[in-house]
Amino acid sequence: MELFDNLAIGFQVAFSLQNLFYAFFGVLLGTLIGVLPGIGPVPTIAMLLPITYTLPPVAALIMLAGIYYGAQYGGSTTAILVNLPGESSSVVTCIDGHQMARQGRAGTALSIAAIGSFIAGCFATLLVAAFAPPLAEMALKFGPAEYFSLMILGLIAAVVLASGSLVKAIGMIVLGLMLGIIGTDVNSGLQRYSFGIPELSDGIGFVAVAMGVFGFAEIIINLQHTGVREIFTKNVSGLWLKWKDFKEALPAILRGTGIGSVLGILPGGGALLSAFASYTIEKKMAKDPSRFGKGAIQGVAGPESANNAGAQASFIPLLTLGIPPNAVMALMVGAMTIHSIQPGPQVMTSNPQLFWGLIVSMWIGNLMLVVLNLPLIGIWVKLLQVPYRLLYPAILLFCCIGVYSIQNNVFDVLMTVLFGLLGWIFVKLECEPAPLLLGFILGPMMEENLRRALLLSRGDPTVFLTRPLSAVMLVMAALLLLIIVAPSIRKKREEAFQEPQEAV
Amino acid sequence: MLRIRHPKDFWAGVLFIAFGLTAFGIALNYPLGTAGRMGPGYFPRGLGLILAALGAILVIRGMRLPGEQIQWGSARPLLIVLGSVVLFGLVVAKLGLVLSTILLILTSSTASMEFRWKAAVISALCLAAFVVAAFVYGLKLQLPALPAFMG
Repeated sequence: MELFDNLAIGFQVAFSLQNLFYAFFGVLLGTLIGVLPGIGPVPTIAMLLPITYTLPPVAALIMLAGIYYGAQYGGSTTAILVNLPGESSSVVTCIDGHQMARQGRAGTALSIAAIGSFIAGCFATLLVAAFAPPLAEMALKFGPAEYFSLMILGLIAAVVLASGSLVKAIGMIVLGLMLGIIGTDVNSGLQRYSFGIPELSDGIGFVAVAMGVFGFAEIIINLQHTGVREIFTKNVSGLWLKWKDFKEALPAILRGTGIGSVLGILPGGGALLSAFASYTIEKKMAKDPSRFGKGAIQGVAGPESANNAGAQASFIPLLTLGIPPNAVMALMVGAMTIHSIQPGPQVMTSNPQLFWGLIVSMWIGNLMLVVLNLPLIGIWVKLLQVPYRLLYPAILLFCCIGVYSIQNNVFDVLMTVLFGLLGWIFVKLECEPAPLLLGFILGPMMEENLRRALLLSRGDPTVFLTRPLSAVMLVMAALLLLIIVAPSIRKKREEAFQEPQEAV
Repeated sequence: MLRIRHPKDFWAGVLFIAFGLTAFGIALNYPLGTAGRMGPGYFPRGLGLILAALGAILVIRGMRLPGEQIQWGSARPLLIVLGSVVLFGLVVAKLGLVLSTILLILTSSTASMEFRWKAAVISALCLAAFVVAAFVYGLKLQLPALPAFMG
């Protein structure tokens, strides 16, 4: 069995002392930022990117991946105990999780969230291992036309599945694509949009964009709101699940895992969308939907399994096609390019240690996370009592040092401030920043593939429709757009996103 | 009589049009080439036009459909947070990590409505010690710990 040979390589890599250490560090940090409201995986990974220069590529990726799925575990703790999403993907967990805590069942809610996440994590790891090779094989046959169409499909799917206004989201993508082409054009050597500033000749650093738009803007927004936090920390007991609770939650865990795995693979999918979808489905499937919002265990088990499965499954498009399906994966592209690894189908053959090591490390990381989150829950509860007024200056400090150390340059710090301001304006205008980051990463790739495709076809634009795979992807993109514009489905989509939000 | 009914859409549209047209205008200086042999001006010009068109849709929608007002909130956190980061960037090479960390923590802390001097000073000192240990000695980043005139 080839799969087992591959997994054997992975186990060898992932169980080296160094990689175990970085996996542990990653999931620890992930849990930490997951527990803390107001900082998510995007700014954290952006912050650590400069530091990963010095690490071997496998260790760097294992650590960064750990931050992402670790944050899914940590986020649920805050959602259950404080009724605040520690992580955006835990928004729906607040609804029933916090109700359970109010009823004195905080321990049960925390356990089922962690166990659900673990089951989902194991399954998603197997899924990545099983599906990545055939997908990568298919992707190897892609030409520039297919890649261009695939990126179109990915970007369209990303906005269709996201919440909020469609026109704004597409606008944010286009803006991101434009920001991405700033710098020296690879074909002509011409400097585009660099305004004679030497630092811009290499383009804007994505760390500056990601940290400004996600990190700084978020802090400012948080400071503008003032709210009272209500923490249930005294009565976290009964972490051992009753068999009855587990039996009630298991079907929800399995459904959540399935939903997360499917939605995670889709471009634009990932943890957040999976959690929303799972909650909606659990509510629909329930014999007595009125229990939801009043502490239904399925309302915690489903979404928490789904967000973890979604987070891990979103590595599939990255590792096989080289296309990041969400903002975190866009940063992983950055992490790979730092180590001069071109993300795409060839990674698996040219770098099997990296590929399989990363996958197996996810499974190990999930195991570590259960230990970190259940027996050590007391530490995280303590952490929740640190007030935000002490927390955000520290976050700012780490961001500053991270940005500054990329090139020991004030320019990057000032760019981050500029993007912080832009990000704040975007939030106020209800423009979602995630599509911007996706466009920003894909911009240069998209232009290059468009150029090559049209060069090969001698300027004939029908090449995108005459090559069958490319045509299929474009038709799918067009259908997605049509579906979303159709009024009836649009209403449903709004409901699906509205429902859980209103209930918070 | 036209008036802005949905300010969030309207101003997002204005922003997109401004970015789109500026990008298009600048790209006019770059060689266009042909579809088969694209010059560096081809892709940006296309994107600029698409963005401006999307902006136009938003502007029109912003004048027709009703929507909420924009809640800008207090300017204080915005100015203090971004200002203290700029300050850090400008002084870190000259003053070193210890002093610039203390400066950043103290200035940025004042953005919170629950600001307290004592806690901010303690936290600044602890963080300064931690970052020097972690980044200067641990990760060996190219950052001076102390001011240039003292090191």
